[in-house]
Amino acid sequence: MTTFLDNVFNGLALGAVYALVALGFVIIFKASGVMNFAHGSLLLLGGYLTAVLHDDLGFAGALAVSVLVTAAVAGAMDRFLLQAGGGADPHAAHVQTIVTIGVDILILTDLSRRIGGDLLSLGDPWGDSVSGLGPVTVADSRIAAIVVSTVVIAGVFALFRYTSWGLSLRASAEDVEAAALMGVRLVRIRMLAWCLAGALAALAAVFLAAFPAPGLERTTGQIALKAFPAAILGGMASPPGALAGSLLIGMTEALVAGYQSDLHVLGEGFGDVAPYAVMVLVLLVRPTGLFGGKAAVRV
Amino acid sequence: MSDRLSGIRTGTPRLWWTLAVVTVLCALPFYLDAFWLRIGLFSMAAAVGAVGLGLLSGTAGQLSLGHAFFLAVGAYGYVWLAGEPGPGLPTAVAAVLAVLLAGAAGGLFSPVAGRVRGVYLGVATLALVFLGHHVLLTADSVTGGFNGRSVPPLELGGFSFSADSELTVLGVPFGAEERLWYLGLALFALTWFTARGLLRGRPGRALVALRDSETAAAVMGVDVSRYRSAAFVVSSMYAGLAGVMIALSFRRVVPDYFGLVLSVDYLAMIVIGGLGSVAGATAGAVFVTALPLLMTRYADQLPLVAAPGTTGGTVGPTEAARYLYGAAIVLILLFAPDGLHGLVRRLRARLRRRSAPPPTAATSPTPSPAPAARTKEPTP
Repeated sequence: MTTFLDNVFNGLALGAVYALVALGFVIIFKASGVMNFAHGSLLLLGGYLTAVLHDDLGFAGALAVSVLVTAAVAGAMDRFLLQAGGGADPHAAHVQTIVTIGVDILILTDLSRRIGGDLLSLGDPWGDSVSGLGPVTVADSRIAAIVVSTVVIAGVFALFRYTSWGLSLRASAEDVEAAALMGVRLVRIRMLAWCLAGALAALAAVFLAAFPAPGLERTTGQIALKAFPAAILGGMASPPGALAGSLLIGMTEALVAGYQSDLHVLGEGFGDVAPYAVMVLVLLVRPTGLFGGKAAVRV
Repeated sequence: MSDRLSGIRTGTPRLWWTLAVVTVLCALPFYLDAFWLRIGLFSMAAAVGAVGLGLLSGTAGQLSLGHAFFLAVGAYGYVWLAGEPGPGLPTAVAAVLAVLLAGAAGGLFSPVAGRVRGVYLGVATLALVFLGHHVLLTADSVTGGFNGRSVPPLELGGFSFSADSELTVLGVPFGAEERLWYLGLALFALTWFTARGLLRGRPGRALVALRDSETAAAVMGVDVSRYRSAAFVVSSMYAGLAGVMIALSFRRVVPDYFGLVLSVDYLAMIVIGGLGSVAGATAGAVFVTALPLLMTRYADQLPLVAAPGTTGGTVGPTEAARYLYGAAIVLILLFAPDGLHGLVRRLRARLRRRSAPPPTAATSPTPSPAPAARTKEPTP
């Protein structure tokens, strides 16, 4: 029973972190129709900045700077590379998706070169301390991950719901032309969405690199790719769907990893790829994800 | 479409060009050393794979990040079928079966590929790479696990494509590279003509129609999900063939080679070359494959690039190559969305027009095309 609770808690924490990343994907997809393959390297960039700055600025200062810089990089990438390449026509989104792959190669190559084979510590305040929660012992960093993610995600949803930016974003996701005619400044709305997604990724990097993970390595960005299945499961255009998808993915991964000895038929380390297996199964049954609506096609 | 067909009409000079190119390619093993031949082998293998991905992503407009998986199926399929442990079939039979196996893997995935579109398909195929890599690592008895397996050399009617037996042609000793070069050329020619035939025939038209508008294509009588699945199967078979060629040239297959990076490389090839064109895919494949190898070889003569092995924040040759082609993807998509193929075509049109007074519209080889024209560009 304790093992089960342990695993469930791990799953929750993982899901909470994936949710930060997946929410970023979904915001970007809603605002621009682009699948951002550079998200993993944005996350790595955030983590790297926190890691190199925390000696001088302290953890909070470093995190603040890295969140701002990553947001700026994401925004600049959208404004100067993606929006420059074609307007709002539907084919442009596909081309821009591939542009993000190019950007990903650039950022990832540079960061891998800088990080090399090192494990960078992010200097987070939780260290390797643990607390007892009823019958289970959990790492403080995991509790922090859940708490921070919940607060931040609630904040993002409030942004969607109550601010004029959120309203504009939802309007332009619904119908670009109508939104433009209503005076929504699409360029700016879209760029802000990318900034927000970048900031979320930088924040998520902290928890992906914190205990019990060994630290930030150059493959940390690839872990973020698991947020892809999470976002897809929920149906790319639905933020609540992304949350549900993230929890499902986190739980799957934690449970499969936790009960690995009983699942040895599937091979060692199946937990790492279980999210993808779940995604393929879901896509077989529902090609647009669990929460994705059927897109109307106009001829 | 009309400019694609124009090649057929320009009869004789084109034939001479083709002959000249073929002659040069066949003569190369007599003059180049093993290093260059190996670059050629990898490029030919990559070109076969890239043509396959070009059919799927460039022509049919289905974004695939799973190409590495099908390459792996081809490579490991051949190694297992031809080797020990495994059925130990004759190597030629194993190679053919490996290609069919890759096609079958594509067929198994087609229930997903036929229904899921656009970016969803991109991510679904991403899953293939990760799941495939996991299988390669864990199914020790078939794949040899983390350390991979060595590849049995291909034998065709008693002739072995390896350096085991002595062979000297016109005073030049023929080792494995020289022999594989001709095999690679033959397979590449096969790929080139079948792919062009497919693209210019009925299936190609149907796939292009499908890419441009699914609804319109369906109204014209194109069986949407059948053609989508078929494109996936055919593309996987080309990938399988490329996998066999890669295995033969590397002489060892390891799981880590067939990762996401490889898939992205192939995507880069077709984007750099120009989507929807066989010649473009080939050019892109040569560019992406040869660049890192050349930069490694000439690292000491290049500015800003450190020799391989030096550490400490300097830019190594492989990294420099990756910077270059990452930038190439971004720049090409922004400024010349039809890639190298489109650049060459525009350059040729410009040269042809030079005798006549130049029209104002076509003065620059890399103009950002008018927005109306851009929407018609092939997109994955």
